[in-house]
Amino acid sequence: MGKLDINVGKLKKNAFRYSKVRGETASRIRIPGGVIDSKSMGRVVEIAEKYGTGVINITNRQGIEIPGIKLTDMEKVNAEVQLIIDSLRINQPEKGKGYPSSGTRNVIACPGARLCPFGCYDTTAFAQKMENNIFPNDRHVKIAFTGCSNDCAKVRMADFGIIGMTEPQYNKDRCVACKACINFCKRRSVGALELVNGKVVRDTDKCIGCGVCVAYCPTRAWTRSREHYFRLVIMGRTGKKNPRLAEDFIKWADEESILKMVKNTYAYIEEYIDPNAVEHKEHIGYIVDRTGFEEFKKWLFEGVNLGPKAEVNQRVYWGGRHYDKYGG
Amino acid sequence: MGYVLSREAFAAVIADLSKNYRIFAPVRKEGAGRFTDVDAVIYDYVCDSEKIELEAKSDYASKEFLTPLSETLLYFTENEVKESDLDTRPVLVFGRSCDINSLKRLDQIYLDNGLAKDPFYKRRRDLVKYVLIGCGHSYDNCFCVSMESNKCDDGYVFSIDLVEDNIQSNVPDKDFDKYFAQHCNDKKDVAPRYVKENEVKVAVPDSVPLSVITDALWDEYTTRCINCGRCNYVCPTCTCYTMQDVFYSDNGKVGERRRVGASCMVDGYTDVAGGGQYRRKNGERMRFKVLHKISDFKKRFGYHMCVGCGRCDDICPEYISFSNIIGKVYQASKEVK
Repeated sequence: MGKLDINVGKLKKNAFRYSKVRGETASRIRIPGGVIDSKSMGRVVEIAEKYGTGVINITNRQGIEIPGIKLTDMEKVNAEVQLIIDSLRINQPEKGKGYPSSGTRNVIACPGARLCPFGCYDTTAFAQKMENNIFPNDRHVKIAFTGCSNDCAKVRMADFGIIGMTEPQYNKDRCVACKACINFCKRRSVGALELVNGKVVRDTDKCIGCGVCVAYCPTRAWTRSREHYFRLVIMGRTGKKNPRLAEDFIKWADEESILKMVKNTYAYIEEYIDPNAVEHKEHIGYIVDRTGFEEFKKWLFEGVNLGPKAEVNQRVYWGGRHYDKYGG
Repeated sequence: MGYVLSREAFAAVIADLSKNYRIFAPVRKEGAGRFTDVDAVIYDYVCDSEKIELEAKSDYASKEFLTPLSETLLYFTENEVKESDLDTRPVLVFGRSCDINSLKRLDQIYLDNGLAKDPFYKRRRDLVKYVLIGCGHSYDNCFCVSMESNKCDDGYVFSIDLVEDNIQSNVPDKDFDKYFAQHCNDKKDVAPRYVKENEVKVAVPDSVPLSVITDALWDEYTTRCINCGRCNYVCPTCTCYTMQDVFYSDNGKVGERRRVGASCMVDGYTDVAGGGQYRRKNGERMRFKVLHKISDFKKRFGYHMCVGCGRCDDICPEYISFSNIIGKVYQASKEVK
């Protein structure tokens, strides 16, 4: 191995990992929504066999890491990754140079309505739309999409968690009072339904829009709303200082508003990020902690027109452990 | 008389018809299925021919006009009772051969099963004429040929077959000729298409020995079936209902009596006073349903209740196949002999 002279900062932003093994790196393939076509997967395999050790890591955030790549092979790997980038429709300022950023983490999604009986919307499509909305970007933001309130994608550990909702539509003329919806809402969800005079009454405050009633209704008395709605939960995180779950922010939000609010978040970060942050990285949640939620909200809602059904939680309080304040 | 119509001409016929008739037809309801962005084909009133689903088999049967899932029969207050109003305009129900064959079964139960005729059924029945949607091919799970309901020679006022983007109609009822004669593109003898062979074939036993009741074949359905009742609610021949007497909550002296669809698979169907329940296990309920459709009804009326439309198989969330069970009953019946 010859003399190595590598700009480590640049390497990281080019989606390569700084490895404990001297002279080696790992190529990180970001896969928005966690859906990759089989041809691209074949290319991942080829790269792993040609430049790596024949091993592929599946990451926590639905990406792929190909370890054991020589630092000197990065340019060649970038050239080969191009077809994958094209196929995944990743925004890229310059072709052939690999993934252009790595700060904002892969946008993840559960299988959603393409596959799952409970999915309330096409999570993959929304995740891909979000990817195009914000990438390339080096700011530390985590976004996750889940199809329904089961939250299989664990979006409450993300800065922006998007949970699918449907507003159940009731046609009383098709209801035979079999009570399937009532029983399943109680057993699988929150118990928002009751039988009153032979027809079902939905407690609209209690209802979380999971769609269990629709899924179990045998007569199509319950159907899904034409509009897809979302619960937006915000500022969940793991990590050393103050790990915590994301808290409810908006119920019955719409797609367009969510895209705009996330976009606005980046403008807010540019304004308030700590200029002395380690490696110029500061996690969005800690910036909000510093400026206060009210200031963040001001930026967030810039130019956003929430739909008439949206219910905004104006005061959000987070819990979690405060190791930085009270020790472990 | 037979007619050939373009889509536009057919639209004009439907528009004319809807001046004199309410048209109750299968309609593709966007996103109304169980899952996100999945359609359901459900009966509804239409005025526009484009709304009528002529290609897919409907998820729910045409019986919903005659026996609505939920219908208020009468209102009561203190010493007075008033029958609910009914729109008395005549109705054209669009159905396939299985639907039209099911009509005989519905009439049997509601009009010719004992001394009394059901007046609430009859007042709807008197309004209805049927339109036959021909079947150019068999659909998933259909076994109408085995149940001899793949064809109907009468019982409809006109037929509709969508053949290469044209509508072909056979119009046996002379009263309807006028609608077609003025809009048609061509007159020629056409016969409604019907299915001559299904992929699913069943052999129905002539008689089911009593030993089948205790046969182990029902046991697996105790765990596989989730007693949701979908098979009953979509069935063109299921006729069971239950009653709801409801008192309006802001005035306990006023209320209404409703009739709603009932299912022999769903909890509560066999509840009796004192907390008794005749069929607790889902396997027992399945046995009751299957034997009613292919044995008990026949013992009383001389023909099978099931018309072989396969909608129960189409909709079962647990992939239970009714036609497959008929096969098992056939085997079990044969072994006894």
